[in-house]
Amino acid sequence: MARIYFDHNATTPVAPEVAEVVATTTQTVFGNPSSVHRYGQQAKMVLDKARASVAKLLGAEPTEIVFTSGGSESNNLAIRGAAEAAIATGRRHLVTSSIEHEAVLRTVKALSMQGWTATLVGVDSSGIVSPERLADALRNDTALVSIMHANNEIGTIQPVAKLAALTHECGALFHTDAVQSAGKIPIDARALDVDLLSISAHKFNGPKGIGALWARRGAQLRAQLTGGKQERSRRAGTENVPAIAGLGVAAKLAVENQTVALEYLGTLRDRLEGGILANVSGAERNGEALHRVNNTCNISFDGVEAESLLIALDLEEIAVSTGSACSSGSLEPSHVLQAMGFPSHRTQNAIRFSLGLGNTEEEVDHVLAVIPAIVSRLRAVTRRGLQTTSALRR
Amino acid sequence: MRIVVAMSGGVDSSVAAAQLVTAGHEVIGLSMQLYDQEPHEPAFGGCCSHEDLHDARRVAALLDIPHYTVNFKEEFDAAVVAPFAREYASGRTPIPCVKCNGDLKFRHLLDRARALGADRVATGHYARVRPDPTTGGALLLRGLDPLKDQSYFLFTLTQTQLSAALFPVGHLRKDDVRDLARQYDMAVSSKPDSQELCFVANGDTAKIVAEREPGVARPGEIRDQLGHNLGGHDGVHRFTVGQRKGLRLSTSVPLYVLDIDAAKNRLTVGPRAALDRDGLTASRVNWISGTAPSEPLAITARVRHRHPDAPARVESLPGERVSVTFQDPQRAIAPGQAVVFYDGETVLGGGWID
Repeated sequence: MARIYFDHNATTPVAPEVAEVVATTTQTVFGNPSSVHRYGQQAKMVLDKARASVAKLLGAEPTEIVFTSGGSESNNLAIRGAAEAAIATGRRHLVTSSIEHEAVLRTVKALSMQGWTATLVGVDSSGIVSPERLADALRNDTALVSIMHANNEIGTIQPVAKLAALTHECGALFHTDAVQSAGKIPIDARALDVDLLSISAHKFNGPKGIGALWARRGAQLRAQLTGGKQERSRRAGTENVPAIAGLGVAAKLAVENQTVALEYLGTLRDRLEGGILANVSGAERNGEALHRVNNTCNISFDGVEAESLLIALDLEEIAVSTGSACSSGSLEPSHVLQAMGFPSHRTQNAIRFSLGLGNTEEEVDHVLAVIPAIVSRLRAVTRRGLQTTSALRR
Repeated sequence: MRIVVAMSGGVDSSVAAAQLVTAGHEVIGLSMQLYDQEPHEPAFGGCCSHEDLHDARRVAALLDIPHYTVNFKEEFDAAVVAPFAREYASGRTPIPCVKCNGDLKFRHLLDRARALGADRVATGHYARVRPDPTTGGALLLRGLDPLKDQSYFLFTLTQTQLSAALFPVGHLRKDDVRDLARQYDMAVSSKPDSQELCFVANGDTAKIVAEREPGVARPGEIRDQLGHNLGGHDGVHRFTVGQRKGLRLSTSVPLYVLDIDAAKNRLTVGPRAALDRDGLTASRVNWISGTAPSEPLAITARVRHRHPDAPARVESLPGERVSVTFQDPQRAIAPGQAVVFYDGETVLGGGWID
């Protein structure tokens, strides 16, 4: 069997339609969108078309879309931009959750060393941020709350509309990192009642290095890249026109495929998850089952090191992932599972399977067929390892 | 055969991997992440830094073999760094490389290899393994290159570990290894050998010990052999037997550390000749064959790496201990270092000096 890719929350293959528009735009549209002449106008039209397509994906107005270099930049622009814009109001308090992506966590942490105070809202073993916990964290000087829409590791969908309503009651802005939900589940930014929302093209079959921040009209935001007046002065720099065209097509495809994809991926994921939980003893699902994006499941394998399981599966041509990789490429315990209160062994034995539209039932069945034997082999070695350890202890 | 190669990013393990690929084996490269280091921080000693991991990845790509970095930070800390600090704090001079070989490469990494369906772990050590014609077990031999021989650091290996070990460059000279690296077109062919301990930043051993064992960094007394007070020191962890540097004593004759008494926080110093010893005892002895000799044996012994072999007699004592008597007195034998026994080219075993 050919290589199997079950790591779509890391990145997705570029859709052929996307690759084509990136290529043709690169070849035929070289103008600078800010130029007055026809070359510029042609490029500007590419941006407008993509902007409309992204707006449609998010239930937003095109003028509210700011193109960025991706999810991390969108999160930085949202958090730093909103925090700095709120300085004048005297609001210097930020709230985020303990299960956010590093792009949010590290940004909030950086600001907490630059004059802001920050509160981290915890979660229970469901992996869902409760409105009650957020209410406890909110203060009358809270400037911004940033809580993700769907979690990248376990897929749980946060009750963003409720959290945003609470946030607005105390006069703060609400940002959601929707990098793992955009293109996977329908998003209506207005219904979610958020002010800022980040997306990234390569998580839904678009190109890498391109993303967007949706900023509700009227939301105060200070530019983080300063210079020209691109993106309504919210993000300077000549736009990456071919990549933006690709993002536009990826957004269009996501809207078109959404209903079918939801059902298809849900069925596939449930087959995979159900099969593993039924056929591998000591396998447990991490996180709430009901409120999840349909492509993701996260499973702990008792007595197995996730790092070894990941490598063993890769040697069998099956690509999965674990919590997070450190800069050297070795794996760290998952901060998300830690935040969910799991003991250390369970934060180090969890594997994430994230599916995409290119996956098939045959692939799922193949994985189900090979996993039990691999897990048994790893467990046999681990047990022997433990025995050696105690024998050698002096 | 499926073989895991421990790839440090250095020239030896890179060539080891290449040799196995050339021989037609299915090779998997694993690099061990042993401690935390940010990408922008300079490398400590030349092993396992970000640069080295990057080098290992490049070599693996060149050889077209899968490569992974495995997280052994906890294992390394427990098996190597913590005992290293404890040893210094108790007045001994540890050799962390021996623990790293025995506990990391040929235990944890070997376990990982077996989990991945590989029965062998190969490293870039200059040492050789041969079948023992008389017992059918494995013999451990010095590396062929006398200047690079690393068998001293491998004396704790058991028969089980040796039967899983491969040293593909052990029969080569360093120059040949570099030549091979050039032939394979490896960017690491001219990379310098690692020197310092990999986890000690700037060679500052005292700092890492004091961080781990805060009680050790306290002023104490320096005495001569007759018990006269000669001065003070800032902590016994800064000293090793035979050391002269850092004593800050102004005496007509140069004085050396003869003994470190951690319990009393006291150094005893004396002239160079007083460093000579006729023998030693060692504990936690490992005999490569798996069996301690019942009769005293004539051997040659090394009391530290890069120290010439000294003719001696070794005799087993109860409790995995030995006594070693040298033909000629040996200078500056440091407790905590290893004494390794040889019969010609063959490593018979070794132990930790009391």
